Amino acid sequence: MGQTITEKILARAAGRDEARAGDIVEARVDLAMANDITAPLAIAEFENAGFDKVFDPARVALVPDHFTPNKDIKTAAQVKKVREFARKHAIAHWFETGRVGIEHVILPDMGMVAPGDVVVGADSHTCTYGAVAAFSTGVGSTDFAAAMAWGRVWLRVPETLKFVYRGRPGRHVVGKDLMLHTIGLIGVDGALYKAMEFAGEAIEALSMDGRFTMCNMAIEAGGKSGIVGFDEKTTSYLQSRPEGSRARVAGQVFASDRDAAYAHVYEIDASAVRPTVAKPHLPSNTVPADTLADVKIDQVVVGSCTNGRLVDLQQAAEVLKGRAVHPDVRLIILPGSQEVFLAASRDGTMQALVEAGAAFSTPTCGACLGGHMGVLAAGERAVATTNRNFVGRMGHPESEVYLSNPYVAAASAIAGHVATPDMVAAGKGGA
Amino acid sequence: MTFEGTVHAYGRDVDTDVIIPARYLNTSDPGELAQHCMEDIDPGFVERVQPGDVMVAGENFGCGSSREHAPVAIRASGVSCVVAASFARIFYRNAFNTGLPIVVCPEAAREVKSGDRLRVDVVEGKVEDLTTGKTFTADAYPPFMRELVESGGLLPYVKKRLAEEARG
Repeated sequence: MGQTITEKILARAAGRDEARAGDIVEARVDLAMANDITAPLAIAEFENAGFDKVFDPARVALVPDHFTPNKDIKTAAQVKKVREFARKHAIAHWFETGRVGIEHVILPDMGMVAPGDVVVGADSHTCTYGAVAAFSTGVGSTDFAAAMAWGRVWLRVPETLKFVYRGRPGRHVVGKDLMLHTIGLIGVDGALYKAMEFAGEAIEALSMDGRFTMCNMAIEAGGKSGIVGFDEKTTSYLQSRPEGSRARVAGQVFASDRDAAYAHVYEIDASAVRPTVAKPHLPSNTVPADTLADVKIDQVVVGSCTNGRLVDLQQAAEVLKGRAVHPDVRLIILPGSQEVFLAASRDGTMQALVEAGAAFSTPTCGACLGGHMGVLAAGERAVATTNRNFVGRMGHPESEVYLSNPYVAAASAIAGHVATPDMVAAGKGGA
Repeated sequence: MTFEGTVHAYGRDVDTDVIIPARYLNTSDPGELAQHCMEDIDPGFVERVQPGDVMVAGENFGCGSSREHAPVAIRASGVSCVVAASFARIFYRNAFNTGLPIVVCPEAAREVKSGDRLRVDVVEGKVEDLTTGKTFTADAYPPFMRELVESGGLLPYVKKRLAEEARG
């Protein structure tokens, strides 16, 4: 019986010939990451336990991105603690305002994650890096503290669910829609404790940005990790990035065997997936976007670790160029990194968005988790390209979040209600 | 480890955003976090909860964010243990790592009601509804989780492993 890519990565990291679903392994950690919410707790645990050095300062990343730029005094004090720790231990990957971006955008973009790596991050969306054929998973602060001290993490090797997407998606259907559709199909705990492996014609054709989006949302189905096999798209992405992790690619590129054991294989017709929206209050509550034209909105957010890459902003700009945001709607753009910000400012994306009436923010997680930079009041409703629409996620517990791709978010900003670009083009949206 | 307390029952998919909303995550002080525990799903919880009370919920308890502040807030609010049909995986690890006892027991999750008195033997995996007289059998802890608990938690376990590695 063959092995899945996830079993092979974990076997290598554990120094074993093979690993099987259900095995408990102590895997070597290639990169451990925490942010401004999770690092302060971890540092306190690390120090209280009496640890005095991190396993490798070059393999630890501290990314204060959630409330950046620091939103209040308490946040500033938390980040100060993290800064002092980063300096004391000469942490290589430490970023602050002006350099910081959303962790799951900058870690791969800055060349910190290689195929075959094992990455643990004290943030649930750490599963994002499966897009570069790495095993990456979210943990809590104590697990991160342990990884910082030990350089290893205990893991139960997960069973894998394979998702095979046949055919090609239609217009305005991107990775976000394939993933929302999938979560709608299996539910928010449909992949609990399992790896989600994405394959098939539609995935082969999908851009790296779309793959990042899909792996990013594996956690919304309860998944331990998401992963896409290594191919020429992975190669060209890595070649476009700083050297960094590429130095360790050799010997780390794995693929699932043909006779690997899967817990289940789902066959999905990608050509039948329409632009999809998840209604409040679960990411699995999905319907086609064009069925929600009666849902009036107050705010639209384009950005986040899910859809805050340049392509995402370009898709929003494509719809908004030469048009105006509805007078009753606030459109907020949260680019994923300084690099994305700069690129969007150079290629006309930012201009198209700002001229349409968007507020263009500094990179931050901010509004996605109701932190700052766009919090909702009671009774307000948003369309967001983010990842969660739980009760109170973006603000007041009586506010509502509809999750969508950037095309739908932009069209909705013009229409003032949930809409697709085709609806806007046909004059079915807007004041 | 046996706990006895009044039940606060919830449905499925209780996420970490409702356990402790992100707007309060600018601190990691357990007492401060406890003041806002369950605020967005059960605004009266903090006033009602008594030391030793038991939280009972359906499938996928603790889904969403990795914030360890969630089990910390539950424990600091006075809750002695959580019984659920299933737990989201990061929450499951975080509960062990922060010393919040949790028990997987789908039957109890289905039948126990808010206000019932519950006795939970975490080690034996026995859940007793003292109000209705029903008893339920919970999943035993997997062997590795027992080893972690017996080591005194994850960080003491890591210390032990580091010492073993140093000895070669």
